[in-house]
Amino acid sequence: MRTTTNAHPVADAAAPLLHVDGLVKRFGGLVATDRAALHVLPGELHALIGPNGAGKTTLIHQISGALAPDAGRIVFGGEDVTRVPMPRRVLRGLVRSYQITSVFARLSVRDNLALAVQARQGSSLRFWRPARAETDRYAEADAVAERVGLAARLHALAGALAHGEQRQLEVGLALATSPRLLLLDEPMAGMGPDESERMLALLQSLRGATTMLLVEHDMDAVFRLADRISVLVAGRVIACGAPGHIRNHPEVRRAYLGDELPTETEA
Amino acid sequence: MQPVPSASTTTTASPGLLDHPLHPWRSLAVLLLLAALPPVASALGEDFYVGLATRILIFALAATSLNLILGFGGMVSFGHAAFVGLGAYVVGILMQEGVTSAWIAWPAAIAAGALFALAVGAVSLRTRGVYFIMITLAFAQMLYYLMVSWKTWGGDDGLTLPGRSVLGAGVDLALDDRFYYVVLGLFALVFVGVQRLLDARFGHVLQALRENETRMGAIGFPVYRYQLVAFTLAGGLAGLAGALLANQSGFVSPALLQWNQSGLLLVMVILGGVGHLWGGFVGAAVFLLLEEVLSAYTIHWQFALGAVLLAVVLAAPRGLAGLSRRGARS
Amino acid sequence: MTGAGVLVLEQSLNGLQFGLMLFLLAAGLTLVFGIMDMINLAHGSLYMVGAYLIATAAAASGSFWIGLLAGVAGTALVGMLLEVTVLRRLYRRDHLSQVLGTFAILLMANEGVRMLWGSQPIALNPPASLAGPVELLPGFSYPAYRLLIIGVGLAVAALLYVLVTRTRLGMQVRAGASNREMARAMGVDVRRLFTAVFGLGAALCAVAGGMLGPLLAVQVGMGESILILAFVVIVIGGIGSIRGALFGALLVGVVDTAGRALIPLAFDRWLGADAAAGAGPALASILIYLLMAAVLFWKPRGLFPAHG
Repeated sequence: MRTTTNAHPVADAAAPLLHVDGLVKRFGGLVATDRAALHVLPGELHALIGPNGAGKTTLIHQISGALAPDAGRIVFGGEDVTRVPMPRRVLRGLVRSYQITSVFARLSVRDNLALAVQARQGSSLRFWRPARAETDRYAEADAVAERVGLAARLHALAGALAHGEQRQLEVGLALATSPRLLLLDEPMAGMGPDESERMLALLQSLRGATTMLLVEHDMDAVFRLADRISVLVAGRVIACGAPGHIRNHPEVRRAYLGDELPTETEA
Repeated sequence: MQPVPSASTTTTASPGLLDHPLHPWRSLAVLLLLAALPPVASALGEDFYVGLATRILIFALAATSLNLILGFGGMVSFGHAAFVGLGAYVVGILMQEGVTSAWIAWPAAIAAGALFALAVGAVSLRTRGVYFIMITLAFAQMLYYLMVSWKTWGGDDGLTLPGRSVLGAGVDLALDDRFYYVVLGLFALVFVGVQRLLDARFGHVLQALRENETRMGAIGFPVYRYQLVAFTLAGGLAGLAGALLANQSGFVSPALLQWNQSGLLLVMVILGGVGHLWGGFVGAAVFLLLEEVLSAYTIHWQFALGAVLLAVVLAAPRGLAGLSRRGARS
Repeated sequence: MTGAGVLVLEQSLNGLQFGLMLFLLAAGLTLVFGIMDMINLAHGSLYMVGAYLIATAAAASGSFWIGLLAGVAGTALVGMLLEVTVLRRLYRRDHLSQVLGTFAILLMANEGVRMLWGSQPIALNPPASLAGPVELLPGFSYPAYRLLIIGVGLAVAALLYVLVTRTRLGMQVRAGASNREMARAMGVDVRRLFTAVFGLGAALCAVAGGMLGPLLAVQVGMGESILILAFVVIVIGGIGSIRGALFGALLVGVVDTAGRALIPLAFDRWLGADAAAGAGPALASILIYLLMAAVLFWKPRGLFPAHG
């Protein structure tokens, strides 16, 4: 029984930056991704939500290139990247930040960001000239640090940062690669209210300039940030549309038992 | 975002993990001390020490090449002796075929080490953790058994070199002093080269791969490629050490390729400081001097050596080798 | 029975015999690696110590069997002592430190044995009653002692199976191999378990050392070459898995033994004596490494990986 993915109510003629079609992933007998389909328009902040176990992480793994799908297509910027390995997807602008912080703990914030900048600044098969002399690269790293709010912690070791700051660095690392599409895997994971507000403000500041696919459990944040929302249930996208549309969607309410979605008055 | 004075690029942060400054004055002092050894030894009538120092420098070269991939790259290779031994065999075989020129044999040794490392690395770097250790070991063992069986080149008995490589230009390597200076010069060159490499883009990438390989892939670095390049480079340098070793001892045998030798190189690097610029040099010097001193006291010096090593491992709880990633649990 | 048939049968039995002894070594090694996550380069040293103790006890008592019993018990004790005093401190360290530490122990063990017994190999004689051949099939005789080794190997494998699958200790071992933290959380006395596992591994090494002693030489450094093979076995079989160790050991044993015997012959038959002189033995020696590389290529974590 095939559930059609809805055309979103807001008509938009722009070609999608990311188009996922009929994606399937099986782990033994378990179907984690069941012909999932979604698309992200350039410039929008598209949120992916779903109850626990819906398969959001598996889907993100496939989009980012960490997992190879069993069937289906992933088209990014008009190119089929389904079989392209992760580093190449990153170089084409499809970058991900991680739910579990994975930074270079023993390097400074600045060195962390500078590495991400270096990745797309030509070949690193340079063996003689000191890397520290490339001041423009460090200037760019500093700029990213500023954008994510870590300018004051530039020389601190990444491992010494507070959890919230590490999550900011996490986003910063992805941002420093000048992505065309930023995959944000639960950026607010494990954050308290203050830290969440800061992250929210950061993501708000990125809107419009950077296209984002955001996976989040924090419904409050999702409904405040997203231009459109896709809802993933049991490996399949059951609904896609503007926040208002999703909030009132009967199948979505059923999937969440109507509890977690903020009502009109709370939004 | 609230306005925050941004850190200017002119403020210098304290050197981090990626930085390996050369300290020119200190290094020069060490170089001068080492250069002064032959005349001093000769004056004291202890020419023997020149030979020992030559051996130390050669092993320092081999250990530094291993440190490059182990300490800085996080790749625990248990087959590094294969590249050293291969370089030695190239020199030995060429000499047996009548080619004695160092200008041909030594670059050939480097090339052989690099090519074999390229082949081994191409396969091994697809594995991780202990499997990487084992597969590098396996390749070294394969080479060992190959040379043992290959009777043309001495087989188990090995090859005796009729003399040292010919350098020409009036430098007779048969003279231990001359040979020492050539080795010292080569080591200094390699040392500076490695230092520049570590501070260059490649060095930063290599060390970052050690720190967090997954993330490096996630920000767009072709991990395999950089590790393979490092592995190949290290193999080439090890080949050079092998060429010099063949000259120094005048003898080449499959024993050079055995896993004990690889273990020995690992021990030197771990002792001297994994991931430290001087680690290879310090480790080789400490180990070989210890061997020298202890063997003068007792025929069972290996026992004392083992005891000292064990004590060092147990007494360094932070881990002499906390920097290694590929061979570590992950 | 045809000449070729005899040869194949003989080599298969030799391979089985060697493989079973390899299994004894590999089982202990894979348990230590799987449960304590420790690379133990000194494992071969326990094999050597076992052989030496058994040889000495057998010579002193005049009986192979008493020597075997005494030597195995003694080695188990040595192993447990080693674990409690030194090795225990290496569990939490990274693999590189473990390599250095156990390498140091290997050096000390080699030299220690040399100090106590000298550099010359010592003799270990098989039981007199089993010194001759046995006719298994018309026209095919096989040394009785080697049959004993096969018997002992199978018996120990069966005992291990019972131990691991039917006893409490075995259950704890399996739990520890698949998930150490969980086992600890469930109240398993991890320290005692580790010591017991180590002692068991040492005992197995000693049995192998004692059984192989009459065939190979009992000498200093005898542990190194077989240790490498044991590592190859557990990598092929999958670290932490006893079943994998058995499978891998039999595979390696048969391939290595048969390869060394048959490949030079095959080369000689098909390529002529010159090529056979070098290439045959060389290929035979590296065969198991090629095998390991091939296995890792298809199954990067071995054939039966225990879940970490």
